Order: sequence, then structure tokens, then C-alpha cells
Amino acid sequence: MGDIESGDIIKDENLVYSKTKVLTDNVMHYCPGCGHGTAHRLIAEVIEEMDIQSETIGITPVGCAVLMYNYLDIDMQEAAHGRAPAVATAVKRLMPEKFVFTYQGDGDLAAIGTAETIHACNRGENITVFFINNGIYGMTGGQMAPTTLVNMMSSTSPYGRDVQMMGNPLKMTELVAQLPGTFYVTRQAVHTPSNVRKAKKAIRKALENQKLKKGLSLVEIVSNCNSGWKMSPVQANQWMVENMFPFYPLGDIKLDGKLVNQE
Amino acid sequence: MKELKLMKGNEAVAEAAIRAGADAYFGYPITPQSEVLEYLMMEKPHERTGMVVLQAESEVAAINMVYGGAACGRKVITSSSSPGISLKQEGLTYIAGAELPCLVVNVVRGGPGLGTIQPAQSDYFQAVKGGGHGDYHLLVLAPQSVQEMSDFVGLGFDLAFRYRNPVMILTDGAIGQMMEKVWLDEQKPRMTEFPSWATTGKSADRERNIITSLELDSAKQEKFNLKLQAKYRKMEEEEVRYEKIGCEDADYLLVAYGTSARICQKSVQIARSKGIKVGLLRPITLFPFPKKPLFELAGRVRGMLAVEMSAGQMVEDVRLAVNGKVIVEHYGRMGGIIPSPDEIVDALEKLIKKGE
Ligand SMILES: Cc1ncc(C[n+]2csc(CCOP(=O)(O)OP(=O)(O)O)c2C)c(N)n1
Repeated sequence: MGDIESGDIIKDENLVYSKTKVLTDNVMHYCPGCGHGTAHRLIAEVIEEMDIQSETIGITPVGCAVLMYNYLDIDMQEAAHGRAPAVATAVKRLMPEKFVFTYQGDGDLAAIGTAETIHACNRGENITVFFINNGIYGMTGGQMAPTTLVNMMSSTSPYGRDVQMMGNPLKMTELVAQLPGTFYVTRQAVHTPSNVRKAKKAIRKALENQKLKKGLSLVEIVSNCNSGWKMSPVQANQWMVENMFPFYPLGDIKLDGKLVNQE
Repeated sequence: MKELKLMKGNEAVAEAAIRAGADAYFGYPITPQSEVLEYLMMEKPHERTGMVVLQAESEVAAINMVYGGAACGRKVITSSSSPGISLKQEGLTYIAGAELPCLVVNVVRGGPGLGTIQPAQSDYFQAVKGGGHGDYHLLVLAPQSVQEMSDFVGLGFDLAFRYRNPVMILTDGAIGQMMEKVWLDEQKPRMTEFPSWATTGKSADRERNIITSLELDSAKQEKFNLKLQAKYRKMEEEEVRYEKIGCEDADYLLVAYGTSARICQKSVQIARSKGIKVGLLRPITLFPFPKKPLFELAGRVRGMLAVEMSAGQMVEDVRLAVNGKVIVEHYGRMGGIIPSPDEIVDALEKLIKKGE
């Protein structure tokens, strides 16, 4: 390094990026390449940028993100599997001035918690739902989820998802966009820098919407689950682009309470 | 100022919740307790005290709303009847595991399955032994009148917050539906300050609050289990409530709670008019169970008869309490049938004959 001392570089005016203080220093347990970590960081950054750390209550799911409360430096509640929207409903109704969000996987939100999800959306609860769709049950070791694609392999669809036997993949995001209680519904991804930027904007909008009191905002983030899919992180992202995005197209589905025309 | 009214048991619970300064009620309709939600909707507690009332999409959602509200340090109540209480068991074990205070009212009807809408006491095991998975207990109060339906709401909230534990009012369709006069407590203000553990938003001056029942480290989980057990032992030392009627000179003892205890008071009169010296012990807390007073009485009486509207559930706790010191028999009716005072006396006379 020659004669340059670290003190010559680490100066306030040279600072271009730092970890948000809303993220703790705890080491995340996520697999390398998984989207959960990025999604956590974006939510934390938005909370810092909006300056709402002291006014935000997060509800964690049962799934890979069950320990999210170890990583975000905000008050959090751990809900039973699928019940986060019901839990968040009460939190928001009792403290309407606070920002309340749930963070849920596809098994949590679209299988065991279908009723809680649909009814929180339909009541137009003034909360934000972050929905991580990795097409699989990550936490329990890669079983089929309601979002698992047709012919996609998982440990409980080892020969591929057979529609005759296992039914069709469920597009919960499109489904809840139809309900009058939802105000903003969008689908994002976090596998490239440009997608990360778009996802962050969506997260910010979804949280800011709570001030408008016009209904529920839902941000789906399509993510890989490389260990569940039995691929390398790079392969998994490629597979996601080629297989997940055609069925789960990215973009806004409902904006300001109106469905977006998706040709 | 206390106020005298004529009300159904279910309505008394609802009115008492408003007056106790409850912050929220979440529920789902089911006979014979729908009047709780109906009364609350009619009364507009939102205007009276700011209390939140919401009809949930299911009992599962309702109990998880209770979890969310309780985790914010609020006074939250829900009510249901047997099939709905079965659905709430998941939420209740999470609430117990996260050490949250709340009040749950079970207006029991006969089962199993959809059963009947008539009163029963067949959910005793579910209420006092845990109900959901894992080692935990609810603190269980058993009212015998509309007055106690009202009184136990305030008491239940106090106990729930004292122990950070879910409290259940275990009653039945008879008490829920019958009308009696009731002295209602005066209106208490809702809380304005919340417990230090509540998730009310992490202010700069404190660490974040986390409400969870998860602990992946077995050693830590066992430590937590021991802490819960210590809490239950403390309840057993400090919170046992019961009533004794005519026990001083008793040769025999009836043991009954709730509606059955009400009927047994008449049976005691009838039996005494026949020259049988019988008393009644009425457990008011079912967990913690009045083990000590029963054990003491076991040394003085010749037999005990547990009277329940079930196939015999509480009788097991009576037997454990007396530990073989005296004969304990059970008399019960099921399916929504309420026993008459006379048939209880008949059962008592059979027990006496057996002993001779
Ligand atoms: C009532 C209940 N049923 C099942 C489970 C087991 N379980 C834990 S996580 C999970 C699935 C999680 O998958 P998902 O919601 O897609 O989240 P991911 O782990 O993929 O992020 C299941 C079935 C549980 N904890 N509780």
C-alpha cells in the first residue's frame, strides 16, 4: 500500500456508502446469494431514510425470515406461521400513527396464511406487506410451495409439479390486487443493481402510503432460493430470470388504487 | 359509581370489558356467545372509550389479533365457544410462549365436534392442562353467576398483566345466556402508559423490544421453560380462589364449579333436609386448582362427589389433590343436559351406601 495511511482515506468527505444503522451487526444466517438479506437491507435503509425507526413495528413470519428481528434494530413481533397480517391488523388499529409491516414468505402468505392475507387486504388495513416469493419452502428444506412453478422440482414434487396431482401455482399478488382494500401492489426483484434500486423505491412508496390511509400496500419480491433449488447462486438467478419472471412478471400491478394495464 | 343492571352473562362480559378500560376486542360469531360481539358493536365503545372492536375472519385470526395487540402492551380480550376455542389453541400457546397478557372467554357448549349449542363443562381439560402444544398453563377463572362474569373481567386483566400470562374465563352457555342483576364496576380509564417490554416503537433511549416464542438453543429454551414453571408455581401459591359452603360439619363433600356449583348449592340444602351432612367446595380458579383445601377436607370427610357437566374431567384433579386419602366419585351429565339438584342428591346417596 506504499505510503498511504488508512487515515488518509477514511475521511467524512470521502464517504460514499455506509451500512444503515437500522441494520444490527448480527451475522445473517441466510445462504450466500439469497434475496432475503438484500430485502432486509432495503427495508432498513428506507426506515432510516424516512426517519421512522422509532415509529415502525415489524411482524416477522415463520420461514427463513423468522429471525429477522435479529437483524433490524426496531421493535418486532414474531407471528405464528401465516398469521402476520392478523397480528399487524391489531398493531395498526391500536397504534394508527405507527408504521406497521409484515414480512412473509410464499408458504406463509399464500398457503397457511391465505385467509389472513386476503382478509387483511380486503379490509384495507393500512399496513405494508413484504412478500418474498422464492417458489419454495426454504426454511423446511425445499418443499413445494403454492407458488412452485408447473414441472418445477422440489423435495415434495421430486418429479416436478404435476398440475393434475398438485394443482396450479397461485398468483396471490394478482389476486389481492383485485380487492378494493389494496392501494398499491407491485412485483419486484433484487438480483441486479437496477432491480435493487427499483425495489427500494417500491418499498419506500409502500411504507409512505401508510400516511395516506388509503389501504394496504403489498410489495412482492421474487427471489431465488439457491439451496432449495439445488443450484449455485449464479445459476439460481439465471433460472429465476428464465423461469420465474415469465410467470411472475415484474412491475406495478396496482398503483394509487387502480389496476395497471398489463397488456 | 357502580351501576345495577339486568343483563345476560355474555352482555355483562362485554360491558365489563369496556368499563375495565380494555383497548380491544377481536372475535368471531358462535353460539352461545355471539352477544359479546353484538353488544360491543351496538355500544360503540370506540366512542365511549376509544376501544377497538373488530369482527375477524376466523377465531384463528382473532386470537392472532389478540397476540398483536397484547404485544403492544394493550388490554385485549376475545371470546368464543368450544369449536372456536379449539381454533384459538395455536394462538394461545404462542401467547403463553411469548409471555403476553390477554383475556379469553370460553362460553362452553357440548362436544365433541360441532356437538350441541347447549351448555357443558367438557372443555375443562383443554382449559386447565394447556390446550395447545408445549408445557404451559392458562390461569383459569370459573364464574357461577352473571355478577362473576362481570367481576372476573377486571380481575382477569389484572392477573394477566401481573403474570404476563393468558387468562381464561371458563363458563358455559347457561351462564352466558341467563339474565341476572349485576352490579357493574365504574368506568376505568384506558392505560396511557405501557409495559417496558411492549412493542410500541423503539425510542432512542432503549433497546429494541422483541416479542417471540422462538429459542433455537435448547439450553436457553429449557431455562425459559423453568421460568414458566416457576410462574405457575407462584400462581399456585398466591392465586388459588375457592368458596366453601357448609363444610364445617360435613361428612361428605360435593366439588363443583360454575353452573354445576350453582345447582349443587340446592343439592346441599335438599341433602341436609334429609339429614345428610354435606358441604360444597367450589373452585373459582381451575388453574391453579384448590389442591390444599381439598387435601385438608379429605382428612375430615368420608367421601367426595365431583359434579360436572362432562364425562369426568375435574374429578381427576380432585383425585390428585386428595391423593387416595378418601373415595372420590364423579357424577355428570353430557350433551348439553344440566343435572337437577335431586339427581345429584341421588348420586350422593349411592356414594354413601357404597361406603357403608
Ligand atoms: C403451523 C406450522 N406448520 C408448519 C411449520 C413448518 N414450517 C416452517 S417454515 C415453513 C415454510 C416456510 O416457507 P416460506 O413461507 O415460503 O418461507 P421461506 O422459508 O421460503 O422464506 C414451514 C412449513 C410451522 N412452523 N408451523
